[in-house]
Amino acid sequence: MKLPHPRGPVSETLLNALPRNDAADALPELLAAAGDAAAATEDVLYDDDLQLALFCLYELHYGGIDGVDDRWEWDVQLLQVRALIEQRVESRLRESVAVSAPEKLTPQSVADRLFALAADDDGPSVSAFLAREATPEQAKEFVVLRSVYQLKEADPHTWAIPRLRGRAKSAMVEIQADEYGGGKPGRIHAELFANTMQGLGLDPSFGAYVDCIPAITLASVNTMSLFGLQRRLRGAICGHLAIYEMTSSIPNGKYARGFRRLGFGDEVTEYFDEHVEADSVHEQIAGRDLAGGLIAEDPALAADVFFGARSALYLDGLAGGWQLDAWAAGRSALRQPLDPGREVAVAVGASV
Amino acid sequence: MTSKEPTEIVVCPDGPLLVRGDFDLVDGDGAAVARSRETVALCRCGGSGIKPYCDGTHKLLAARRKAAQ
Ligand code: FES
Repeated sequence: MKLPHPRGPVSETLLNALPRNDAADALPELLAAAGDAAAATEDVLYDDDLQLALFCLYELHYGGIDGVDDRWEWDVQLLQVRALIEQRVESRLRESVAVSAPEKLTPQSVADRLFALAADDDGPSVSAFLAREATPEQAKEFVVLRSVYQLKEADPHTWAIPRLRGRAKSAMVEIQADEYGGGKPGRIHAELFANTMQGLGLDPSFGAYVDCIPAITLASVNTMSLFGLQRRLRGAICGHLAIYEMTSSIPNGKYARGFRRLGFGDEVTEYFDEHVEADSVHEQIAGRDLAGGLIAEDPALAADVFFGARSALYLDGLAGGWQLDAWAAGRSALRQPLDPGREVAVAVGASV
Repeated sequence: MTSKEPTEIVVCPDGPLLVRGDFDLVDGDGAAVARSRETVALCRCGGSGIKPYCDGTHKLLAARRKAAQ
């Protein structure tokens, strides 16, 4: 992705150091700034500076950052900075989501409990708003907000595959293979999302809009990387995936309805339509075989499976609330408006 | 698929039939039903909008039943 604009002292020091590629001398300063900011932050989930820094540090493990040497990925000092921010995020989440690990769980009872968590979630419904009320501008903002994850959809959970065994591993591979299009070129879900963006006249390159993305949305993506990249948190990433799958098919049906209501055609809605069918399969596998299989093999991971699941619901609720509050107040949900120069003419639905 | 493993059908409680393995999905006239993935979830609640596949509607029906109780 392109180098984003800094949002405070930590991201500023980081984003100045990275493209110089020889800036190891800037790192003690960065570590100190990150330590200060992590200690002083009022709420790390809404802290633009820390969440952007964390997002960029993770991006070194995914698609990289333009002009930045890939060797930074395993720089020990950068990993230290990352760990510092991660610690703050993880403890913030553990303080906020109550987890009691029930005993004597079978794969089916794990699935039942996860489905019940998803069903009981009464967080704000962005999908209902999209289906019925959103304006074309708000629908576009919704896609821009989603793009920081959906253009690398499935990747944060894929990190877990080598850390799993047996039934849980088979389940994860089966789900992820489908996420990546079952081997058919052009069918990777992230690519279908790129088509949606193109159909809306938006730039589908990863991170094109990162400067528009508020901290809380970055926090929900960062949390997936936090869970996915650490073996210690393999239970959490599996619980996270299960909840994502279980809260997907019905909302995606609503998103598709919303875009059709606004006059957009299949090239925009295909991504959402595909998820209605795919995630109705995935949610069954993720609950019973992935999360349930993992706990059957290692009951000590049960608490973290539910921690990951509840964290996913919690963060989605906060990020959804941010969007709906902004729209209800007549504001944009983005940090800065979409750069009109970057948008190309929208062929379909332009007149609505 | 050349697998000799038997086809597996998981009866998901209050949910679809999850079918995995080597199988053909055909309609009443024996014509292939359009299928875009290996493992499929077949609706058995009758409420899906994309039959024969499940679209998650069974969860809404279950919530409605629960609310009515
Ligand atoms: S079984 Fe899922 S929609 Fe009918």
